[in-house]
Amino acid sequence: MSTTLEVRNLRTHFFTRAGVVKAVDGVSFTVGRGQVLGLVGESGSGKTVTGFSIIGLVDPPGRVVEGEILFHGRNLATANEEELRHLRGNRIAMIFQDPMMTLNPVLRVDTQMIETVLAHEKVSREEARQRSRDALGMVGIPSPDERLKSYPHQFSGGMRQRVAIAIALLHRPELIIADEPTTALDVTIQGQILAEVQKLAATTGTSLIWITHDLSVVAGLADEIAVMYAGRIVEGGEVGAVLDAPMHPYTVGLIGSVPSRNRRGEPLRQIPGMTPSLLKLPAGCAFRSRCPRADEACLVEPDLLELRPGRRARCFHPHLEGVGA
Amino acid sequence: MTVYLLRRILQSLMVLLAMSVIVFVGVYAIGDPVEILISPDADQMERERAIAALGLDLPLWQQYLVFLQNALRGDLGRSFVFNEPALQLILNRMPATLELAFGAMFLSVLIGLPLGLYAGLKPESIGSRVIMAGSILGFSLPTFWVGLMLIMVFAVQLGWLPSSGRGETVQILGLHWSFLTANGWSHLAMPAFNLALFKISLVIRLTRSGVREAMLMDYVKFARAKGLSPARVTFVHVFKNILIPVVTVVGLELGSTIAFSVVTETVFAWPGMGKLIIDSINVLDRPVIVAYLMVIVLMFITINLIVDILYSVLDPRVRLESKA
Amino acid sequence: MSDTTAPAPVEAKEETPFRRFVSEFAANKVAVGGLLVFVTIALLAIFAPWIAPQNPYDLAQLDIMDGRLPPGEVGGTGITHWLGTDDQGRDMLSGIIYGLRISLIVGIGSAIIACLVGASLGLLAAYAGGRTDSFIMRLVDLQLSFPTILAALMILAFLGKGVLNVVIALVIVEWAYYARTVRGSALVERRREYIEAAQCLVLPTRRILFRHLFPNCLPPLIVIGTIQIARAIALEATLSFLGLGVPITEPSLGLLIANGFEYMLSGNYWISFYPGIALLITIVSINLMGDHLRDVLNPRLKK
Repeated sequence: MSTTLEVRNLRTHFFTRAGVVKAVDGVSFTVGRGQVLGLVGESGSGKTVTGFSIIGLVDPPGRVVEGEILFHGRNLATANEEELRHLRGNRIAMIFQDPMMTLNPVLRVDTQMIETVLAHEKVSREEARQRSRDALGMVGIPSPDERLKSYPHQFSGGMRQRVAIAIALLHRPELIIADEPTTALDVTIQGQILAEVQKLAATTGTSLIWITHDLSVVAGLADEIAVMYAGRIVEGGEVGAVLDAPMHPYTVGLIGSVPSRNRRGEPLRQIPGMTPSLLKLPAGCAFRSRCPRADEACLVEPDLLELRPGRRARCFHPHLEGVGA
Repeated sequence: MTVYLLRRILQSLMVLLAMSVIVFVGVYAIGDPVEILISPDADQMERERAIAALGLDLPLWQQYLVFLQNALRGDLGRSFVFNEPALQLILNRMPATLELAFGAMFLSVLIGLPLGLYAGLKPESIGSRVIMAGSILGFSLPTFWVGLMLIMVFAVQLGWLPSSGRGETVQILGLHWSFLTANGWSHLAMPAFNLALFKISLVIRLTRSGVREAMLMDYVKFARAKGLSPARVTFVHVFKNILIPVVTVVGLELGSTIAFSVVTETVFAWPGMGKLIIDSINVLDRPVIVAYLMVIVLMFITINLIVDILYSVLDPRVRLESKA
Repeated sequence: MSDTTAPAPVEAKEETPFRRFVSEFAANKVAVGGLLVFVTIALLAIFAPWIAPQNPYDLAQLDIMDGRLPPGEVGGTGITHWLGTDDQGRDMLSGIIYGLRISLIVGIGSAIIACLVGASLGLLAAYAGGRTDSFIMRLVDLQLSFPTILAALMILAFLGKGVLNVVIALVIVEWAYYARTVRGSALVERRREYIEAAQCLVLPTRRILFRHLFPNCLPPLIVIGTIQIARAIALEATLSFLGLGVPITEPSLGLLIANGFEYMLSGNYWISFYPGIALLITIVSINLMGDHLRDVLNPRLKK
C-alpha cells in the first residue's frame, strides 16, 4: 500500500499576546492510499489546526514551526504559497464543519463550483458547468441543473454539505480532509452522508482524514484512528483494536462517556475536570490532572511508544490488560 | 416584492406627512406666521389681505390643511428676497448641489474603498496604520476648516485652483453642469474633495471592518481551501460581501452629503441650494426655508426608499424573504 | 474551527470591573495621551482668565492699531502675540483660550443634557415596551434619518441665535443616539435573570430601572457620550461658522475661524488657522479616547 500523506513531528503554534499556544505539538501519522484516518479529540485538542496545517491555511498569529508534511514525498511545510494553492481543492480538498457557513451566501452555487474547476484546469466554462452538474449528481442532489442556479440559502443544511462535498470532489483529489462534516447535521442526514462518503472513497481510491469528536462516527468509517489530547496524539492504531481495547486512560474515558455504552440507571460516566489551557500546560503528561492512574512518574512527558504491534500510546500506565471499557 | 414595495412607499408617505406637520408647527406655531410669511415691508392693508389670503384667521388644523393643499400643488410661497416662487428658486439651484454631492460620493468610494480594502487585508502593516490614523483625522477635522485650509493652500499660496464659484458650465437638458468643462472641473475639485473627506473616512472604516469580518468567515477559508487565487478570493468572495453594507451606507449618506453641502457651499461660494438656505436663514426669507425643508425631506425619503430596494436586489437573502 | 480557542485571560487578584477598566484603558498609550491632552485643554478653558495674556473681551485692553499682526509680533500693549492678532487687535492666543470655554461648555453641556433626556426615554421604552416603546423608537428613527446639521440648522432658523438655543438644538439633534443605545442594552439586560429576580422581589419600578438596569447600560453610554461630545463641539463650531450659532459677544472657536475667513484670501492665515488647530486637537483627543473606550468597554470585541 502506497502512502499518500505522512506527517512527521508537526508543530503548529499560535503566537498570541498572552503567550505561545502550542495547538499542535509534535503530531505524526500516516495515511495510506484509499485509507480513512479518524482524528479524534475534544474541541481544543488541535485536530482542526492539524487539518489546516496540512493545506497551509493556518492564519497568523499561528504558523507551522516544525515538522514535515510529506504528500507523496513532497514536503508541504516548506512549499511556497503558489505551490500549495495548486494542491488545494485539486489534489487535497477540505470539507468544513458547518455547512451553513462554508458557502458564500451572496454567490450562486454554480459560480462557486465553476470557479473551483477553472482554478486548476483550463477548460471552457461550459465544460466546467458540466463537471459541476455531474458532481452534484454524484453526491445525490436531485435535479442538479436547476440547483446550480440556486443560492446557498435555498438549500437545507444537509444539502449544503453535499454541495461542499461535491466541490471537494470536483478534481478527484487524492486526499480529503473532512473537519467534523456531519456534526452540524441531523442523525439521519449524518448517516446518509457517511455512507455516501465511504462509497466514494472506496470507488475513487481517495484517502480521507476524518476529524471528529464522535467515536461512533469513526467506528463505522475509519481504518485507523488517532486520538488527540492537548495538541498531541495520545493513542493510535487500527480502529477496531483501539475501540475494543483502548490503552490510554484518556481513550478509555472517552469511550466510557459515550452515553449508549452506559447502563441505564447508573450515573453517566464522565472524565473529571476540563481540558487544560494550552497556554500553560503543566510539565509532564497533559492528561495527568484528570487521570485516575496518574502518579509521580507522569510528571515527565511520556513518549508515544508502540506498546503492541500496530498499537501506539503515550502513557506510563497503559491499560494493557484489555479493559473493555 | 410588490407588497413589500407598496408597504415601503406607504411608510415613506407617512414620514413625509409627519415631517410636514413638524415643519408646519415649526413655522406656524412656534414662530409668528404673520412675521414669517409676510414681508416685513408690507403695510397694514397688505398685511390684512395676506392674513385672509393665507387663512391665518382659521383654526390651526384648517390652516394645516390649506398648507398641505398648497404644498401638493407645488405652492410653497414666494421668496421675499427674489420675489420668485420659493420652490422654483430651490429647484433651479438643485443641479449645482447634486453635482457637488455626487462628485463627493464618487470620490469617497474611489478613494475609500481601495484604502479600506488594503487596511482590512493587511491590518498590521504600517500603511494600514497610517490609513487608519488618517481616517480618525478625517472624522475629526471640521469640514469648514479643512475647506478654508484647502483654499489657503491651493488657491492663495499655490494659485492652482480657483477659490469660489462653479466656473464654466455646459448646458444639457436645460441645466448647467460644471463637470463637462476643464474649468468647471477645476472649480469642482476642491469643494467635492472637501465634502468627501468625512465620507472617505467612513468608507475606509466600513470596508476595513467588513473585510476583516469576512476574512474570518468560513466561506472565505473554504474559498482558499478550493485553491482559488488570492485575487479571486479578495475581489469576488470578500468584495461582493462587503459591497452590500458599503453600498447601503454610501447610498444612505447621499442625503447627509446633500445636507452637509450647506457648509461646503458656503465656504466655496458654490451656487447651490445649500448656499441659498444659509443666505435665506440670514435674511429670514422664511418661505424659502420652508420650501427647502420640504424638498430635502422628500429627497431623503426617496433616497431611503431607493437604497432599500437596491439592498434587496444586491442581497439574495433579503430578496427571497420579501418574495415569501 | 474553534479548535484554536484562545485561553482564558490571566486573572489578577481582587479585580473589580472598575479597576480592570482603568488598567485596560491605561494600557493604550494613544488613549492616555488623548486623555492628557483633553485634561490640559479643559484646564486651560477653566482657568482662562489667569492663563490668557489678555482678556479678549475687555475693549480697554485692545488696540485697533495692533490689528492683524502676524504671529510672534509684539503689539502696542507690550504683549507678544505668539499666534498673531485678529482684525480688532485681539490676541489670538487669548481669543482661542476663551473660545475653548464656550466650545467646551456648549459641547459637554449639550451632551450631558442629551444623555439625560435620551437615556431616560430609552430606559422607559425598554421597560414599558408596547406602544410607548414603538412611539419613542419611531421618534428616534425619524430623528436619526435626518442629518444632524440640517435638523440643527432648522431649529436655529426657528429659534434664532444664542448659546442657549445652540444647546437646545444640539440636545434635540443628539438625544436619539443615547435613547437607541440605552434601549438596546436595556433590552438585553432585561431578559437576564437578575432583573426577573428583582421583579419577583416586587422592588419598585423606579428602583429596578435605576439601580439595576441603568448601571448595566453605562458602558455603551460612556462610549456614545464621548463620541457625541466631539460631534457636538464640531457641530457647534460649524453652526457658528455659518453665522447661526453663538453670538459675536461670546465667540467660540467656530466663530473665530469664520471671523478670519475674509482675511484668508489676503494671506492673513493665522486668524482662521490657529483656532482651527485648537478645535482639531480638542476633537482628536476626545475621539482617540472614545475609540479606545469602545474597544475596552465593548465585550463583544473582547477575546
